[in-house]
Amino acid sequence: MNSILKTTELPYCKGCGHDLIAKKSAQALENLGLSPLDVIVVTDIGCHGIIDKCLNTHTVHGLHGRSVALGAGISFGIENPDKKVLVFIGDGGSTIGLQHIMEAARLNLNMTVVVHNNMLYGMTGGQTSGLTPRGFCTTTSFEGNPFAGYDICELTHTAGAAYSSRIMGVGDITDELVEAFSVKGFALTEVMEICPSYGVKLNPRRKLSEILESSGKKTGVWKNERKAFVLEQGKKSYDLLEELKGVEKDFPEVLASDLSLVISGSAGEGIQSAATLLASAAMRSGCHVTQKGSYPVTVGVGFSTAEVNLSPEPINFHGIGVPDIAIITSADGLAHSKKRIEGMKKGKLFIDESLETPSTGAEVIKRDFRSAGARSACMYAVIYFAKSTGIVDTESIYKTIEESGLAEKMPLSKIKEKIGSLN
Amino acid sequence: MQKSSNERKVLIDGSRLITEGMARAGADSFIGYPITPANLLYLYASRRMPLMLPAPDEITTLQWMSGLSATGRLPVTATSFPGFALMIESVNMAFMMELPMVIVVVQRLGPATGTATCGAQGDIALLRGMISGGHQLPVLCTSDFNDCWELSSRSVSLAAELRTPVVLLTSKEEVMTQKSFDLSLLESISPVKREFYNSNMPYQSYGVEGDEIAPPFLPVTTDKWQVRLNASTHDRNGILQHSNDEAIANTVRLDRKAAESLDSFTYYELDEQDGADTLVVSYGITASAARDAVRKARSKGRKVSLLVPKTILPLPDDYRMIMGKYQKVIIAEENINAQFADLVFGSAIPANIVTAGSAGKMITPSEILKEEDCV
Repeated sequence: MNSILKTTELPYCKGCGHDLIAKKSAQALENLGLSPLDVIVVTDIGCHGIIDKCLNTHTVHGLHGRSVALGAGISFGIENPDKKVLVFIGDGGSTIGLQHIMEAARLNLNMTVVVHNNMLYGMTGGQTSGLTPRGFCTTTSFEGNPFAGYDICELTHTAGAAYSSRIMGVGDITDELVEAFSVKGFALTEVMEICPSYGVKLNPRRKLSEILESSGKKTGVWKNERKAFVLEQGKKSYDLLEELKGVEKDFPEVLASDLSLVISGSAGEGIQSAATLLASAAMRSGCHVTQKGSYPVTVGVGFSTAEVNLSPEPINFHGIGVPDIAIITSADGLAHSKKRIEGMKKGKLFIDESLETPSTGAEVIKRDFRSAGARSACMYAVIYFAKSTGIVDTESIYKTIEESGLAEKMPLSKIKEKIGSLN
Repeated sequence: MQKSSNERKVLIDGSRLITEGMARAGADSFIGYPITPANLLYLYASRRMPLMLPAPDEITTLQWMSGLSATGRLPVTATSFPGFALMIESVNMAFMMELPMVIVVVQRLGPATGTATCGAQGDIALLRGMISGGHQLPVLCTSDFNDCWELSSRSVSLAAELRTPVVLLTSKEEVMTQKSFDLSLLESISPVKREFYNSNMPYQSYGVEGDEIAPPFLPVTTDKWQVRLNASTHDRNGILQHSNDEAIANTVRLDRKAAESLDSFTYYELDEQDGADTLVVSYGITASAARDAVRKARSKGRKVSLLVPKTILPLPDDYRMIMGKYQKVIIAEENINAQFADLVFGSAIPANIVTAGSAGKMITPSEILKEEDCV
């Protein structure tokens, strides 16, 4: 079973260029000394795609226009460079799957694509494709396509393909295909054809060479001197659990019951990191914790809110409606959490002194949190909360900050000084 | 399975556990396309997986995964509805070609792009109907960190065993929330041992023998036998057919595949209390509220049982049988159209079934047992 084709009786209409492409592709592969099982032919939906059953190669028959992406996935997974990934696709498939072709060309993946360009969708009734030339008649543009077609070779060449070529699908094209199939890297050959069922009938007396010429395109070869993409072996892999720092219980337990906190400020002002440091510090006293962030999709502007639960027991549900504690360090944060603060019937609100106090049943504690600087206001407020309530040991927070390496990024001694004067 | 003896407390999110669990189970490739709230999985995978590729869109993601899977790899991706919607045709392709892979679907509030940073449980109706022909692929759903670990690794082994795409369903609140967690509670995970076809009899890409439901696999890189993969209706050899008996038998086998293997991946948590006449049923993120609701109710002397389904599709009969034993069943899920209740009962939800739903916010323990007036 050394021949690529099982049969020379191919399932194509009389005069169809697909027949020529299939036979000459098989010949080209054989001329290159490839055995059928060295070759993976990827096809998709369209007349070109019914070739599978006639091949002795591996065959993969996928979705309309996706064969280049599917072939790319196979190319990524192949470690033996002598294996050949050969993709057959039509002009319709090239239209819907243009992004896949561009991507494979950009990455210069080791694969060859043969575009069967008969200038219309043959299988579905002769409709106009993105590669149909201007003026060419189809069943959906019977007065001639008003739009110019893509120049697929120019596109792949510009995207970085090692090899792009356009040939006429007439006569013996074996040598041209051998040249394309020999390329290491991404090679695309566009073979020009006229569909005998629709193209010939709708465009009587027009010759393929004249159609190509009138579209402003030429046959030819366009090359980029590039090495084929090779998958980097031995990529470093990090164990995601081993790299996590374990938290030892090195402070006494202080928390007697569940406590929920909402910490709100402005994006970029360290809200989430302050919340994480608080949660980590609480773990050192044996607390169970949860911490999550909430912010607009644009992460650099607007509010940033963190929700923290502390509990002496394991926590299942971590949602917080009305919190026990609210810590607010900016106008953005206040606006985002105002409703919750107004819903507080008890608990404590720690709020920067520059902000207007909302109506709330919580005890209000106003301080100059922003005096620590915008980026450290929240950290200061969190430490202040810890100190004034005794719920989390401030020493455990300091130790956590120092171990995290964040101490140098905040005016910790200034914050300590302010906290130290509290009693 | 061994548990380590040393407690090791960490602050961790579900994304990290899912990614590490899958890697340890043998997932070796991650194809990523950014989408909130699945981005942490992409970030972690780029550090963990032996192969990580950034795709230019979600259709390409699934196509690259399919290609990699065809060469014998076990690829994974993570996405949310807008990205998953783009993947669906290609998931159908991978299902039809019988290519193993795992897609982590992190639910967020819809419709359409909805709210990227708001959790939800709105996608099981989509997952039930996503394969043309009504076929089903396995869908496992996490309800806590232990599930993030065990179900993620099981998704990988299941994909390989059944030669199928598997969906691991989770939600924003599960994969983006950090919690204190003791890593020593995690069972060890062994990598899946894949056995490729090694008989001397000619290989048929979709040939099954005896009571086999999934055909043996061979990568397209083999030198021994011809491999044919096909997304269109095909016979045992993978050759495109219109609708002959052999091809339709293959299509029918695909429909039976997950359902007939269901015993090997039926997972649920059942916490029954003697004498209870009320059952709370909840899955995914809402299961955490349900656990609290049941615990609080019991602390007040109420007798309540709890069922947390983890295998969502195909739907195990067990759930209906368990629910049938109770006078009152409360099904809680974070959507407004009782999708799980619909999955179990269709449009004829029995009168003793109460549903609790929500859009845009997590269901609280007290909302679940509101009518019981006990939390």
